[in-house]
Parts: sequence; structure tokens; C-alpha cells
Amino acid sequence: MSMDDIIVRTAKLTKNYRGRPALNELDLELRNGRIIGLVGPNGSGKTTLLKILAGVLADYSGTAEVLGLRPGLETKAQVSYMPDCSYLEDRMTPNDALDLFADFYTDFDRRRAYEMLLAFRLEPTQRLRDMSKGMREKVQITLVMNRAARLYLLDEPISGVDPASRQLILDSILRSYSSESCLVISTHLIHDIEPALDEVVFLDRGRVRLAGNAEDLRAESGGSIDQLFRSLFQSEAAGLRELGATAERPGFISRR
Amino acid sequence: MTGSFDADRPIYQQLAHRFRERIVTGYWQPGERMASVRELALEYGVNPNTVQRALAELEREGLAIAERTSGRFITEDEQLLRTTKRQLAEEATREWAGRLRALGLDQAEGARLATAVWTDGHGQTKENNA
Repeated sequence: MSMDDIIVRTAKLTKNYRGRPALNELDLELRNGRIIGLVGPNGSGKTTLLKILAGVLADYSGTAEVLGLRPGLETKAQVSYMPDCSYLEDRMTPNDALDLFADFYTDFDRRRAYEMLLAFRLEPTQRLRDMSKGMREKVQITLVMNRAARLYLLDEPISGVDPASRQLILDSILRSYSSESCLVISTHLIHDIEPALDEVVFLDRGRVRLAGNAEDLRAESGGSIDQLFRSLFQSEAAGLRELGATAERPGFISRR
Repeated sequence: MTGSFDADRPIYQQLAHRFRERIVTGYWQPGERMASVRELALEYGVNPNTVQRALAELEREGLAIAERTSGRFITEDEQLLRTTKRQLAEEATREWAGRLRALGLDQAEGARLATAVWTDGHGQTKENNA
């Protein structure tokens, strides 16, 4: 691992949806040679952040940079992005999708992608509309992981697939890893990917709640990242229970 | 993926431990060229930097020797292999003795049990089955 390059940098990155902040002055720096877990409860801003970095969401304030550039056409050539929902047309087959990517991206390794399809036991000529959610996810992961990009952005890549296939996906992630690139993987299934991570970024209400080296975080907290996640966000759950308890009180009084 | 990891200890330490076991049992032979970081990362399902860190431990202990151009090799130092094996065995025994003591067994009972289990063939570890 030679040089440390900053692949992603954000400063005061803010994005509102109808007045509600999805990202709230987010400061972040991600370097090459790392697999980074982006975790946080629903609505913490994970998907919004990935969309901005991928260059598909442009109306934000603050700074977002990928390889020193504002995300856009130029950075897209170096960013391999797997969105949380499919953008492929239903009547396509995996073969069509591979052709599409081979046409579109010069860094796409079609042969390796084809081998991966077979490893996933996918039928290259089956239409996507005839496939299950998990099968379609496998097609997508095949597409994004077989590009030689500098930045990989995977939004919940393992949520819909069975445990055996999760292992295959993790394998493909570790296989595609290079010291020149940075791979960001958002998930709420931390347990499954924990050993593969270098760093973890905990997002909470559009901000970084906690970030650091996965091994260091484990050593400091004396438990797994998964346990750390639960303890970080448990206070919120406890708060909710308390709220429920006070709400019940008037009813209890009236019954007397 | 080869086994899972405990939550309460850094993964690189657990990985280094498994590597040591492979070395002292001869699963990895003295003088043998080790698999690449990427291959080991895939085999164990862990981050390549974690593998790197575990290998650095082994190099520090002299169990693995990195050569600038040709890769990383298992030591051929038999003395070192013996002492490392002895250390691992002591560690395991200490752990075992501690558990028995916690269960309220004395040394004689522990020794008797060890003999009985040993001859049963239940004393074999499954750790090294890749």
C-alpha cells in the first residue's frame, strides 16, 4: 500500500428533503486501500450520501468531492455504484446487462463477470422480470464488482440474498479489492460483513456519530462492531419505550 | 471462509493464532512459500489489511520471513517451531485448567478426565481443518 489518496471528501455536506435534513453538515474523508462499512439506522442518510457521491443527486449544499472533483460525468467513469433499487430494465437478461456495461464502461471485465454469474448459478439468458429479488441483486453486484473503479459504492448489497450467496458476494468484494481503490458498503447487516471491513462510519441523523478503524473500535469497546452499533443506538430505543410509558399513564389514571 | 471470529478480541490476533497453529502442526511446512495476502483474505473471509497485520505479527516472531521479491516463507528454524508449539500447548492447557477449576474440579480429577477423553479420541481439535 503505497500512497494514501483521499478518494472521498465532504465538508458541511447538507441535503434536505422537504425541509427535513437527510444529511446535516456531514464531514467525511475516505482514503484508498480500504473497505468501509457505512452503518446507521433507517433514515440516517446512508443512501443519500451514496447517491451524492455517485453523482446522481446534485441539489445539495456544502462540499462533496470524489478524487478531488465534484461528482458528475467525469467522476462517474471512476465510480462503480450499486443503488438500493434496480435500474435495469425488466425485459433484459444478465447477458444483455453485461453487454450494456461492456459498452458503457471501458474498465468492465466482461469475462470475469460472466464467470461470476455462473458462480451465482444465474441463467445468463433468463429475463430479469422472471427472477427473484435476490437473483436480481446478484446480477447487479456482478456488474458493479467487475469494474476496475477507484470508488465502489454499494447500497445494501446483501440485504435480499441468502446467506450462502452473501458469502459469494463478500468473496467478490475481497477479490475486487485493490490498494488503489476505496469500497464503501452500506448495510444494517453488520455482523455478516464485519470481518471484511477496515473502517466503520456510523451515521446518525445525517452526521457522523462515530468513525474509526474496525479493529480499534472492537478493542476500545471490547465487543463486535455489531454490538457497538446496538449499544450506540439502544439509547434511542430506550427513549422510545419511555415515551410509550408516559403516553400510557393518562389511560391508567382514567381507569382508576 | 474458515471459521468465525470471537467478538471480544481483535480479528488480526485471532488470525495470527490460527496461522501459528497451521505452522506448528506442519499444515504449512517449514520453508514453504505462503499464500498471498489476497488468497488468505479470501480463505478466511477477512479484510486484506487484517491479514497483513496478522502476518506482521508472525514476521516479528520470526515464524514467517518476508523476502523482498519472492514472497513470504515459513521459518525452517526447528527450535523456534518447537518453542512456539510448546507455547500454544501451554496456552490451551491453561485455558482448559482454568475452566475445570471454575467447575470445581481438582488437579487429580482434571488429569483423570484428560486421560479418559484423550483415549476416547475426543481430545482432537478441529481448528486445523481448512
